[in-house]
Amino acid sequence: MIEKEKHVLVVFPHPDDEAFGVSGTIATHLQMGTGVTYACLTLGEMGRNLGNPPFATRESLPLIRKQELQGAANAMGLTDLRMMGLRDKTVEFEDDEKMVQMMNDLIDDTDPSLVITFYPDYCVHPDHEATARAVVRAVGRLPESRRPKLHCLAFANNTQAELGSPDIIHDVSAVRDLKLNTMRAHISQTAWMLKDLEKRLAQNEPEAVEWVTKERFYNYRFDQGYN
Amino acid sequence: MQPVKIEEVQPLIDHYAGKEVYIHLETTNGSYATHVDEAFFNAGAFIRNAKVTYELGKIIGDAPSRVGLKIELGWIYAQGITHYELDSNKRLIMAGHDHEGKLAVALQISETPFE
Repeated sequence: MIEKEKHVLVVFPHPDDEAFGVSGTIATHLQMGTGVTYACLTLGEMGRNLGNPPFATRESLPLIRKQELQGAANAMGLTDLRMMGLRDKTVEFEDDEKMVQMMNDLIDDTDPSLVITFYPDYCVHPDHEATARAVVRAVGRLPESRRPKLHCLAFANNTQAELGSPDIIHDVSAVRDLKLNTMRAHISQTAWMLKDLEKRLAQNEPEAVEWVTKERFYNYRFDQGYN
Repeated sequence: MQPVKIEEVQPLIDHYAGKEVYIHLETTNGSYATHVDEAFFNAGAFIRNAKVTYELGKIIGDAPSRVGLKIELGWIYAQGITHYELDSNKRLIMAGHDHEGKLAVALQISETPFE
């Protein structure tokens, strides 16, 4: 059961970061009538999936991924999509305080009761890590009474060993088709993976069903740093 | 993009010789290589909008091919080039795509800066 929120702010660096682990939760909030803002920091300009034979070049990929991102927002029913104009792979090299300020501005503007991002140190890609650090710092600097809830995705190989089991598990079975459509919207990046997933889902393979229908989050532990 | 044919790409490389051009040069294994295989040593590099003038440029070897550009004080080099395209902005896009269709190397030449 997903708690009713006042507003939800989702922050990720790449188009498709939202699709795999959060799109069911986003779609559910929207269906409950809760506003959701999705701030996507880059256009995934440096994505490697260009096909062989190629369907895109390094220079045409951002335009494709921008359209896919808009398509994913449409699939979830999300209207407040914000493209933040940073460049793929470079987020960690931006000024740290400028990044915190970007997150502050998003929080000020949307006044969320819940913020969703990655869990710092447990999200593998350097852009994920940099995004997560900035969000955690921005939220952590708010007075405790004004802090929104902060739900973080973690998928590093050492997550279970170090963070334990997720604090929150959302069953998004009811919006499974919307979630699959969100993944399909990012077809330039997901085609290969979806082919396999859809086959496993058609056979009702428990592991695949579980992966799609359960979205897992950790509450950020502010005593661990990044303030 | 099309598979590299040396006789088609060489004249395009020649076209930019002696002109001030912008270069995008990149090699990558992707950001997840070590996540997928912890024994994998992940390395990569890119430079975007390096402004250079090369006096001589060559593409050599059946695809995957090598491209070398001789600049005033040094060289620009890429290995593993499989595909190319002269795009609608008259930029020469060369890239090496692996068997799964993932970009491994890119060398791009343009008379105007890349966005």
